[in-house]
Amino acid sequence: MQALRPLQPIGRGPRIVLGLGFFVLFVAAWAAATLGGFVPGTFLADPLTMVQDGWLLVTRFGFLSDIGVTVWRVLGGFVLAALVAVPVGVLMGAYKPVEAFLEPFVSFARYLPASAFVPLLILWAGIGETQKLLVIFIGSVFQIILMIAVTVGGVRRDLVEAAYTLGAGDAGIIRRVLLPATAPDIAETLRLVLGWAWTYVIVAELIGSSSGIGHMIIESQALLATGQIIFGIIVIGLIGLVSDFLFKGANRLLFPWKLA
Amino acid sequence: MTAAPAEVSIEGVARVFPGSGGRAPVRALDPTALSVAKNDFITILGPSGCGKSTLLRIVAGLDRPSAGRVLVEGREVRGPGPDRGMVFQSYTLFPWLTVAENVAFGLRERGVPAGERREVVAAFLDKVGLRGFEGHYPKQLSGGMQQRTAIARALANDPDILLLDEPFGALDNQTRGLMQELLLGIWERERKTVIFVTHDIEEAIFMASRVIVMTARPGRIKADVPVDLGHPRHYTIKTSPEFSRLKARLTEDIRSEAVLAAQAP
Repeated sequence: MQALRPLQPIGRGPRIVLGLGFFVLFVAAWAAATLGGFVPGTFLADPLTMVQDGWLLVTRFGFLSDIGVTVWRVLGGFVLAALVAVPVGVLMGAYKPVEAFLEPFVSFARYLPASAFVPLLILWAGIGETQKLLVIFIGSVFQIILMIAVTVGGVRRDLVEAAYTLGAGDAGIIRRVLLPATAPDIAETLRLVLGWAWTYVIVAELIGSSSGIGHMIIESQALLATGQIIFGIIVIGLIGLVSDFLFKGANRLLFPWKLA
Repeated sequence: MTAAPAEVSIEGVARVFPGSGGRAPVRALDPTALSVAKNDFITILGPSGCGKSTLLRIVAGLDRPSAGRVLVEGREVRGPGPDRGMVFQSYTLFPWLTVAENVAFGLRERGVPAGERREVVAAFLDKVGLRGFEGHYPKQLSGGMQQRTAIARALANDPDILLLDEPFGALDNQTRGLMQELLLGIWERERKTVIFVTHDIEEAIFMASRVIVMTARPGRIKADVPVDLGHPRHYTIKTSPEFSRLKARLTEDIRSEAVLAAQAP
C-alpha cells in the first residue's frame, strides 16, 4: 500500500473495490438505522422491505412499463432539446453576432425553473406526453446551448488559423475544425444535462400523470409505502449510472484521440 | 542579388494594436518595406516582441496591417490562403486527426481524390522522415516530430510561399539543429519562397540567403544582411570563419536591440 499523496493515480482493482465499498457502507448504515429500530418504518423502509416492495411492483403492478414510459419521456425530451440546442450553441460559439443576439436571453432563460412551468404547460398542452416532453425540453435546451457555445467559442485560435492557411473556408472551419475539436466536450455536456433531465421528468410526473416512475412515487406516498418510493428512487439512480457508463463507453469509441 | 521578380512585396506595412482599457495603443510595427525574391529563403531576426511575428502574420493574411499593403505575385493580400503555407511556433496539428490525416487536411479541402491524397501524403511524410507514423495521433509524437508533421502538412498543400514563425523555438538544441538541416534540405530540392522568423542568430544565418534584422518595438528593419554561403549547406558550416564573422556582426546588431527591448516598459 502506497502512501496517500495528492494527485497520485490509483490502480484499476483498488478503484473498483473503493467504488463498491461506499455502496456497501451506505446500505449497511441504512440497514442499521432501520432494522436496528432507530428509524420507524413509516418514515423510512428498511432495505429488505424495499426489495420486497420492489419485487411486488415489478411482478404485480407492471412497474417495468412505468420505467419504460419514464425513460422514453426523458430520451424524447432530451433528444428534442439536443437537436435544437447543439446547432444553436455551435452557431453562437462560432459567430459572435449570433452570440451577442442570443446569449443574454439564453442566460436569462436558463434560470427559469423548469418545474415552475409545469402548471402553465398543463394549461397549454394538457396532461399528455407533450407536456412531459416540454418540461424536459425547457429544462435542458438553454443549458445545452450555453455550455456548447462556451465550448465552441473556446476552440484554440491557432488551430483555426492553421486551417485557414491550409485553404479552409468558413464552412470548412466549422465542419472540419470547430465540430471535431469540440465533439468530446459536446458529448460530455449532453451526458451532464441528461442527468438533470431525470430530475425534470420526475417533477413532470409528480403532477397530473397516470404513469411513470414519478407517478408511482406520488401514489406510494398516499399509501405510506416508503419502500416503493425508495425503490423508485434507486431505480432512477441505477438507470443514470448505466446511461453514464454507456456515454463514457461511446466517447471512448468515438474519440480515441482524446485518450491517445 | 534580387534579379528575380519579387514574389512578396511588403509596402509600408505598419501595425498598431489599439490600447484596451484606456491604455495607450501599442505600435508593434513601424512602416516597413521589404521585398522577397521568388524561391529565396530569408530569415527575419529580432528580439522578442519586435513585431516580426506580426509582420509574418500580416503576410499570411491572419492579421491586417494598420497601414500599407502586402502584395503576393502582384495581388494584394486580403486574407489567408493556401498559396501561403504557415508553420506556427505552437503545436497546431489537429489533435483529432492522425498524422496522415493532418498532412492531407489541405488536400481534402481542395477536393483531391483519396488515392492521390495518399500518394502525396506518403511522399511528404517520407521527406520529413515520418514514414511509419501515419496512424499516430499528434499527442503520441515528440515536439520535433509534431513540427516535422506540420512542415509536411504545409508543404503537401504545395504553397508558393512557406511562412515559418519560430517553428523550432520550443525544441531542444540538438533537435533544432536537425530540423534546420531537414528544412534546408527540403528547400534546396523544392525551391519555395520561404520567410522564416526567428530570434536565434545561428539559425537565422544557417538557413537563409538574407537575414533581415529588426529593431526592438516598435519594429522596423535595421539591417538587410546577405549570407553568401553556398548550397548545399552542411552543418559544419556553422564553425567556418565566414559564418563566425556574420554571427559576430549580427550578435552586435541584435544585442543593442535586445538591450533596448529589455529596458522597454
